[in-house]
Amino acid sequence: MHKRVVITGMGVAAPNGVGLSAFSTAIKNGLSGIRFDPQLAELAFSCQIAGKPEIDDTLAAQYLTALELRGFNSTGILYGLIAGMDAWQDAGLPILQNEEPDWDSGTIFGAGTSGIEKFREAILKIDDKQVRRLGSTAVLQTMASGISAYLGGKLGLGNQVSTNSSACTTGAESILMAYERIKSGQAKRMLAGSASDSGPYIWAGFDAMKVCTFKHNEDPQSGSRPMSASASGFVPGSGAGALLLEDLETALNRGARIYGEILGGHINSGGQRGSGSMTAPNSIAVQRCIRSAISNAGIQSADIDLINGHLTATSKDALEIQNWSEALQRSGKDFPHINSLKSMTGHCLSAAGSIECVASVLQLQEDFIFPNINCEDLHPDISKWVDPECIPQQCISKKLNIIAKASFGFGDVNACLIFKKYNHG
Amino acid sequence: MDKPELTSRLKAIITTYAQETDALAHLTEETDFIKDLKINSANLVDIVLDVEEEFGIEIDNDSMSRMLTVGAAIEIIEAKLAANDRE
Repeated sequence: MHKRVVITGMGVAAPNGVGLSAFSTAIKNGLSGIRFDPQLAELAFSCQIAGKPEIDDTLAAQYLTALELRGFNSTGILYGLIAGMDAWQDAGLPILQNEEPDWDSGTIFGAGTSGIEKFREAILKIDDKQVRRLGSTAVLQTMASGISAYLGGKLGLGNQVSTNSSACTTGAESILMAYERIKSGQAKRMLAGSASDSGPYIWAGFDAMKVCTFKHNEDPQSGSRPMSASASGFVPGSGAGALLLEDLETALNRGARIYGEILGGHINSGGQRGSGSMTAPNSIAVQRCIRSAISNAGIQSADIDLINGHLTATSKDALEIQNWSEALQRSGKDFPHINSLKSMTGHCLSAAGSIECVASVLQLQEDFIFPNINCEDLHPDISKWVDPECIPQQCISKKLNIIAKASFGFGDVNACLIFKKYNHG
Repeated sequence: MDKPELTSRLKAIITTYAQETDALAHLTEETDFIKDLKINSANLVDIVLDVEEEFGIEIDNDSMSRMLTVGAAIEIIEAKLAANDRE
């Protein structure tokens, strides 16, 4: 018998809000977290604007001890700890210093890279023949699984503790993998999420590929323009999002607050065949992923009230809309509402999927649709498929029952999740 | 540098890593970094780096592997400082 899986806690460290309540306020008000980044300007980046969560030393000290903060230089791990530990506590779960680990709880917490600044620091020392001066935490901060390892220790997790990585699909994938583990009865509780480092060393490669906008260095908050005719590339972002998933019975038994239910989802790849490549999506695979998620969740495409898209603000946005429309067989006024968080946060890369899932579940629970900012000039190739009314530019109140969330990534990988309001039965 | 001064400077370094405050308060030459102070063994290399910086010395791999108690640390630091003076 498959277990039903519900969301009982959430945490987030996003460019436009750190902590669930700040983030919730920000997305309702269309608040942009994109700022001019002097370091990127100094280093002669084309794109000199970015999204970084704002975290001061006092806040960091709530998640890491003074000893752990010595020589600490991994923004991704810090963001992941904030989101992950917040989600745990938001679910009303205690952090115990027991001798025995919590065998029923684990984490799948994704990352694209880990501690890239720490890695740079280490490389400079190594090349200077100072290997012996690296200190004891170079490995812990730069291993891909750094974030899940830190979280596992903080929370005493005794079930699976792992990090997944699938480019910009990472966050959605982590949630789906954690969901599967609970559904199959192998864990009662999984902390699912993902994190992405900040800074020039993670963003440089994208700048070099010319996929980031270079037209908005003077007006950062207008820079991230998903679905806009004047979209000119994504704005790099960073942060972390986390969902505490729990099997329904366990959640009910402890009287936990339930944000919503995960009905199912799907992950696939276009195999870099057909229209797919390392960097371009195979549309057949994208549509197949969406349709398989719907079928896996046991719903009809007509049941979807809102789509939270991938929609990065590149030339691929119109293609994504076309793929949704063809996959759902819905268009014009019949198309569901759709929004993109990236207009406010930039593209948070490996953290994008999880931060956007937090935003999705907040909308589901509180019955609102956050605004798409910066798409006052909707792209004509989008309005061809979808009525502009479906793409709200102001926050609207709407009863929501089912939200579809998708993320797509380099390597031609796709993930789609189906969230449903939990109606206490 | 006399021994009390050396010991107090060493203690300041160890304080960062020690988990056992009681043993730290009653530090003796026999105090074992891992057994008594419950210092995470991975942090021993950090203590060595801090000691090198504090005393302006370099601790070789052999000495490092012997540096497990307060007494051993003092002995090694004294020997390195004396070697520095001879240079």
